Amino acid sequence: MTVLIKGARVLGGDPADLLLDDGRIAAVGGRLSATGATVVDADGLVALPGLVDLHTHLREPGREDAETVETGSRAAALGGFTAVHAMANTDPVADTAGVVEQVWRLGRQSGLVDVVPVGAVTVGLRGERLAELGAMADSAARVRVFSDDGHCVADPALMRRALEYVKAFDGVVAQHAEEPRLTAGAQMNEGDLSARLGLTGWPAAAEEAVVARDVLLAEHVGARLHVCHVSTAGSVEILRWAKSRGVQVTAEVTPHHLLLTEAAAASYDPVFKVNPPLRTDTDVQALRAGLADGTIDAVATDHAPHAVEDKESEWAQARPGMLGLEQALSVVLETLVEPGLLDWAGVADRMAVRPAAIGRLDGHGRPLTPGEPANLLLLDPAARAVVDPAALASRSRNSPYAGRELPGRVVATFLRGEATVLDGKAQK
Amino acid sequence: MKRHLLEAADLDRADATLVLDTAAQIESALAGREVKKLPTLRGRTVVNLFYEDSTRTRISFELAAKRLSADVINFSAKGSSVSKGESLKDTALTLEAMGSDAIVVRHPSSGAPHRLAGWVRGSVVNAGDGTHEHPTQALLDAYTIRRRLGRLDGVRVAVVGDVLHSRVARSNVWLLSTLGAEVTLVAPPTLLPVGVGSWPVQVSYDLDAVLPKADVVMMLRVQLERMNASFFPSAREYSRRYGLDALRLAALGDEAVVMHPGPMNRGMEIAADVADSVRSTIVEQVANGVSVRMAVLYLLLGGASS
Repeated sequence: MTVLIKGARVLGGDPADLLLDDGRIAAVGGRLSATGATVVDADGLVALPGLVDLHTHLREPGREDAETVETGSRAAALGGFTAVHAMANTDPVADTAGVVEQVWRLGRQSGLVDVVPVGAVTVGLRGERLAELGAMADSAARVRVFSDDGHCVADPALMRRALEYVKAFDGVVAQHAEEPRLTAGAQMNEGDLSARLGLTGWPAAAEEAVVARDVLLAEHVGARLHVCHVSTAGSVEILRWAKSRGVQVTAEVTPHHLLLTEAAAASYDPVFKVNPPLRTDTDVQALRAGLADGTIDAVATDHAPHAVEDKESEWAQARPGMLGLEQALSVVLETLVEPGLLDWAGVADRMAVRPAAIGRLDGHGRPLTPGEPANLLLLDPAARAVVDPAALASRSRNSPYAGRELPGRVVATFLRGEATVLDGKAQK
Repeated sequence: MKRHLLEAADLDRADATLVLDTAAQIESALAGREVKKLPTLRGRTVVNLFYEDSTRTRISFELAAKRLSADVINFSAKGSSVSKGESLKDTALTLEAMGSDAIVVRHPSSGAPHRLAGWVRGSVVNAGDGTHEHPTQALLDAYTIRRRLGRLDGVRVAVVGDVLHSRVARSNVWLLSTLGAEVTLVAPPTLLPVGVGSWPVQVSYDLDAVLPKADVVMMLRVQLERMNASFFPSAREYSRRYGLDALRLAALGDEAVVMHPGPMNRGMEIAADVADSVRSTIVEQVANGVSVRMAVLYLLLGGASS
């Protein structure tokens, strides 16, 4: 398939044409032409590398009523993603080569994004003994990111061993930083509001204590650590300190932690229940600043679809998690680009280049230059729309942005030169 | 009045006073009557939806509704469709389809009454949700204080004990401060919420320092499971530092009263002779609870339409 994109602003620069051919970018320049090419008018649109998500829950196998690899992939493509890392907390858990290969193959079949399985660090996510990390790394899925996400690898000795072990295949341990003894029964951020609402608090220190511990372990053993969904100002400070010491640590922040505060919990509407919880405005400002200055490397969605019955309940009974794939870029536009904290190159860096590098993904997060794989998106930054959960591609409806107007619309997404999204509509 | 009573924090001074005044009117209307019943809510249905055991609160609400001539359905989650996995929403919609006008809900999850209020057309009364609020308890406490001391403005109330887990304490903090009382929370630091600094209260760790200045001492129940969770070293130490015994009772001013929402751990947070003393309003609180709950049901269901 040959595609000629006319007049796109690559990373927000001057309008140029892009010719996609045979899965690669064949040419970039002024007034290109190609016989028989599908022409896409990109007047006013910004071209960015296809986004890469380090943290997606696709729920298959096990909870196909909430999401499948296919529906989640479609949501991802509509959000401008060309690759997503599928978290391991499925049922069965992705803790063997067999399960990660199953997820990887399902992704290949859907063909909407590259689905890259994350392997569990410990058997059954139980935090007791290491899963067969090497077998997952050697499998067809080529797992490089390992995480017990949803659970913290709380045992420091086990965490040390995991960090050391994955060095053998250039892997990274992505930690859900949460000291479980400090968050027993926790329902929301601990502070004035939790005290008032009578919801058990999740103290910032429970995250920060583990982040601090893990960066020290990573430094000691010289391994790669990735911190999932950083949510507190204190964690940002610890990461800044660790990076200044040369620790091989990277971190991600979710769109919802960049936009929303704990105030949303006052409604007791479980659509706003998430782990780690929404924090204070001070935390939100620190997270934005941390992402802007590079202390936080990446935006990762923590896309967590849930069936209606798992959310339409009392707050305490509801499962934590929010949808994120389809609005991630819009939220970054609203919270960082429009306020001037990040330019388009910065967006590409935090949402494509660095996540791909952390996951050791070849072919994603590459510059939009001739010879590179044609993984890219076209965004209309001037568009604004009110989020309607009924219109989402995800099988679930637990969007925290329901009814909120957000800027930006992904017009097209290309995976290896094939349009997965065109005119804002999924092509499969 | 709003359509629901979900939390004491929602009540402004006028609404709270209206409830207390209405309770007083109801009480005097029934005083001396052989048949303690008013026809106000005849034909209306009140459902007591209890997801937690609470005999005294359920009976109090049941009596209140019956004295207003409402039909009352007691729905206990135990042994019902709930134990078969039915959701709160489905249960609520079922009850409403059967014609309930008000749902009185007790639930172990904070905020459950708020969720319920979003799903049903009738009124919702919070009869205690998790560690959040228990607004009718605070109303009956305020009513009791006003009856005993003749006022609420400027009354100094010490709330003593497990504030962290107490919905009674939370509701009292908001309601009493709305009504002009000065509240001091007294507890070990482990039993005070992290955010307590933003509440309209004084905080003390020293019961003996607070008692001589208190007009009301409201003791909170200490749940036995806290004793094994390092909130304090031992029951004995807790009792020594925060228990109300005869010696401490003597430190109170002449007019001061002792309150407890019940059920009590005699000998733990309150000594038996203190609980039974003339200073104690504990039995009175139970009686006043019925009047106050009648007032709430009347104002939510009958007041506007009658």
